[in-house]
Amino acid sequence: MAAIELRNIVKMFSDKRRGRDLLTLDNINLDIESNDFVCLLGPSGCGKSTLLNIIAGFEQATSGRALVDGKQVERPGSDRGVVFQQPTLMPWLTAIDNIAFHLKLKGVAKAERHDRAMEFIDLVGLRGFEHHHPSEMSGGMNQRVGIARALLMNPSVILMDEPFAALDAQTKLEMQEELVAIWQKRRCTIVFVTHSVDEALVLGNKIVVMTRRPGRIREAVTFDLPRPRDITSPEFNDAKRHILALIREESTRLAQAS
Amino acid sequence: MTSVTDVSPARPAFRLTRAFQGLERLVVPALLIAGWEAFARSGMLPPALLPAPSAVLHALGDWVFGFDETTQTYSGHWLRDALASAFRVFGGFALASLLGILAGVAIGWSRLFEKTLEPTLQMLRPIPPVSWIPLAIIWFGIADKPAVFLVFLGAFFPVLMNSIHGVKTVDHNLVRAGAMMGANSRQMLTDIVLPAALPSIFAGLRIAVGSAWMLTVTAEMVAVKSGLGYVLWDSYYFLRYDIVLAAMISIGLLGYLSDLGLKAIMARTLRWQQTTTVQGRAG
Repeated sequence: MAAIELRNIVKMFSDKRRGRDLLTLDNINLDIESNDFVCLLGPSGCGKSTLLNIIAGFEQATSGRALVDGKQVERPGSDRGVVFQQPTLMPWLTAIDNIAFHLKLKGVAKAERHDRAMEFIDLVGLRGFEHHHPSEMSGGMNQRVGIARALLMNPSVILMDEPFAALDAQTKLEMQEELVAIWQKRRCTIVFVTHSVDEALVLGNKIVVMTRRPGRIREAVTFDLPRPRDITSPEFNDAKRHILALIREESTRLAQAS
Repeated sequence: MTSVTDVSPARPAFRLTRAFQGLERLVVPALLIAGWEAFARSGMLPPALLPAPSAVLHALGDWVFGFDETTQTYSGHWLRDALASAFRVFGGFALASLLGILAGVAIGWSRLFEKTLEPTLQMLRPIPPVSWIPLAIIWFGIADKPAVFLVFLGAFFPVLMNSIHGVKTVDHNLVRAGAMMGANSRQMLTDIVLPAALPSIFAGLRIAVGSAWMLTVTAEMVAVKSGLGYVLWDSYYFLRYDIVLAAMISIGLLGYLSDLGLKAIMARTLRWQQTTTVQGRAG
């Protein structure tokens, strides 16, 4: 059984002001295996974030079903950790309290919360900053807190919505390496939304290329280049050429249609 | 042509030496008082109509300490009068804060309360609290109660409006993050929405404490026979403008101190927010 199963997912948004419906996701079918690192790759507005939100339970599909561990998704829950595009931390809580927030909601005592959160503070390299508030840390550090917060819940899947998009190039590279290291160490299932071909190829072992609106799956590419990946190697470039060709085909098709 | 570098302000010219730091805020009041003293002593108006600052200070001093009974029956009774007013402010303000936050959070959080409760409250809001005075007197008589009621009316709506606003403008993604971490609806309210709305709620409380002082003085002028407002109005009948001014100063000072106290509580509660002010840490 796959960790995530998407069956005939269709999402329509009704545009009330213009009195018409907007088809955002058109019949998405996808199986994601346990411990996969899947990158959803597509241009802005292709519905990749909407698809992630449907798996997270933040939005409901117009038709079709999303199953996580065989159970149909109906609402958000701690079995699915979400890392948002902006860190989305509670600004009144320190790093350690943000990471342990899930435990607080479950009524775990403070001492134990902090013990358990410290492990994740170390995992994301924030020792010494555990008592800092989000306003006292950089964007990259806050995003680390966001990742640690998702990992602490020990979810069966982690959903990431362009989490590094707002970071500078160097921090982004560091975070990508760390995320791969964490994924290798903890063996979890990750769905990672991105619009960057390079990011998808650095991170994923499966790359799902989506088409422009309405979002469909163009092709799911398996990419098993050993890690750490050399982004200048011929294998990397072959895969990149293939994916760029898929995207270009798509643009040409659109250009001809219009 | 002006080059880009010309735009930078000449900072050093405006910088005060260390000895004068902190004193700059006294410059304007000092000039005003000196001008007022000079004008009052010039004799262009009779001293009874415009008492000099020194005369006002004298009246205030006697009111507080009772050294030469220049304020007659009020001599030495300032503390009693100030406490009477402060009690009404505190009572009405506490009641308004409690009910304002409760109703505001309920309206901001639940569609049901928004539909049932809000229209009525919004209709009552434009009615000036002062216009309730006749009803307040026939309902509560001449005592503390009508004053507390008026203070409550003046303080309630700012707290209410800011609480509604604070809850309604909570970052939608924080609520999503809470749901993702398994918060139930009660936890969503107490652990996410309330703390997130606190800055806005405090803004409402600060406006409310100012209204509370305004309303308590108004109430004391007509509906109560004690407090700073009563002294002010009573002295006006006896043409003691020095005491009128001393009462005004007392009210301003106590209102300012209440706001400072509230600001201190706010700074402690919202410590997490301090580093994000526009002016940086010192702000």
